[in-house]
Amino acid sequence: MKSPDPITLLKDRFGGEAIVQPEFRGETGVYLPRTRIAEACRLLKTEGGFDMLTDLSGVDFPGETPRFEVHYLLYSFSCGRRLRLVTGVPEEDPHVDSVSGIWATANWHEREAFDMFGLCFDGHPDLRRILMWDGYPHHPLRKDFPVAGLPSDLPVTAEDAGSVEAAPMAGGPFVATSGTTRATRREPLACDTAAERDRLVRDPHRKEEI
Amino acid sequence: MADSDRMIINLGPQHPSTHGVLRVVLELDGEEITRVSPDIGFLHRGDEKIAENMTYQQFLPYTDRLDYLAPLANNVTYAYAVEKLLGIEVPPRCHVIRVICCELSRIASHLLGLGSYAMDVGAMTVFLYCMREREKVMDLFEILSGARFTSSFIRIGGLANDLTPDFVPGVRAFLQDLPAAVAEIDGLLSRNRIFVERTRDIGVLSKEDAIDLGVTGPTLRASGVDWDLRKAHPYSAYAGFDFEVPRGSVGDCYDRFLVRMEEVRQSQRIVEQALDRLPDGPWHVEDGKVFLPPKADVLTKMEPLIHQFMLITEGINAPAGEIYFSAENPKGELGFLIVSKGGGVPHRLKIRAPSFVNLQALPTLAVGHMLSDMTAILGSLDFVMGECDR
Repeated sequence: MKSPDPITLLKDRFGGEAIVQPEFRGETGVYLPRTRIAEACRLLKTEGGFDMLTDLSGVDFPGETPRFEVHYLLYSFSCGRRLRLVTGVPEEDPHVDSVSGIWATANWHEREAFDMFGLCFDGHPDLRRILMWDGYPHHPLRKDFPVAGLPSDLPVTAEDAGSVEAAPMAGGPFVATSGTTRATRREPLACDTAAERDRLVRDPHRKEEI
Repeated sequence: MADSDRMIINLGPQHPSTHGVLRVVLELDGEEITRVSPDIGFLHRGDEKIAENMTYQQFLPYTDRLDYLAPLANNVTYAYAVEKLLGIEVPPRCHVIRVICCELSRIASHLLGLGSYAMDVGAMTVFLYCMREREKVMDLFEILSGARFTSSFIRIGGLANDLTPDFVPGVRAFLQDLPAAVAEIDGLLSRNRIFVERTRDIGVLSKEDAIDLGVTGPTLRASGVDWDLRKAHPYSAYAGFDFEVPRGSVGDCYDRFLVRMEEVRQSQRIVEQALDRLPDGPWHVEDGKVFLPPKADVLTKMEPLIHQFMLITEGINAPAGEIYFSAENPKGELGFLIVSKGGGVPHRLKIRAPSFVNLQALPTLAVGHMLSDMTAILGSLDFVMGECDR
């Protein structure tokens, strides 16, 4: 069975809403608004032949609008082709339609994105934390969460249960910031506190002042 | 209440058959499993968070600790992912050495998987035979890299060192003994009535369900899907090797056993071919901005000194962009999604772990079977929690 070209398929259905990203290392991605993403996934599965969802991942871009992105990686067994779909999710309303009804595998992937980024997948049958425990107050893969961790309670109620503390870092972590082009600004610096880390993340170019 | 006669049983996180720290909450009607809910995350170490806070090369040892039964295969996949982002190609000798590493890892991983699977269903002897053979692979890794387990032998753009003189004869000696050992394991299990009765028609995963659940690796192939990344999208030097991709017909626990058994034999074929046609030449890229220069040059020449300083302090300067690279690991498709904004560290590094995805099939496999079948099903999935929880 010959499947139609997925890009044409998306362009025909969504027109200008489907923005094809520039090709990089032979990979193509298509950006779609979040209201359209589930529809696009269904279309690609039924008509485009993309029968497997390989991966689903959240990405955090602090300071940008929308702050979060969800990346869907689709695979078609019939034509051996991969396609990436990307959608943006704003911080103040972190909701996007679930695709777990389209591919069963999305269930755990979406739970992980919820756990790690706090993204809510509407229509998910069982949206709860998967790697961290129920009741954990933070979303660890958000960029404003420090790598040393934040104090919180353990999920046990016994009196001597203790709690989670931030890891002692002995002068580290020696954090290099992503996305700086000038070599002098890429050199890793120690940041002892979450506040320093926050400043680094928000504005990498002020690194010298820290 | 209709459900009042159902019993809830907690399996794990400390249970021998869960192979690590997996907890499964089972709902039973008598002996029959009616509901399965896996509870994961006990081994979560935040690998993806750690990756965002260090250079590409610094993260490599962490990949050892994903699927810790095949550390070298993880190293290789990660190195290829970063090399794809950088847009570099390693020399042919490096490709072939990496193939040897991957296939030896596959043999080691499958031997342990088969052994513990057999032990779970009561065949203790096989486990000892498997461990004996696996031990030889560990020794080979020690000859190669100095470490048995967390070898971190691969470097971005090459390897830690060229093959050591004892390695090739050692691998040849191992391969000479392997067929007899595999035949022995095969003879102990394939027609063993207890083993067959405990695994045949247990935990059947249909082709459609397998694809819908995103299952990959031997588990997918046991369900009858002819899909192996080494064949479907040949990476490294795999396009040049002659090997077959075994697949099952029913998708039950017995098929998953047979597929792994056959994959060990096919891996042996690949390693033999790789040793026969191991090319000479460089084993790493000659680019001081990617691969560390020799120490003697660093101490005597200016430019290698600068390269070394820059690589250690700031890492490899990667371009901005997004890539996904995946390879056929012993457990399935291990993929790395790297979102780079440029510079020496990834902005986001997502690990697509085969064990995480394959474990999601557990409820589909186990519901309707007896409680005692649970160990067979867990064993046949061959997952590793280090990779699942990351």
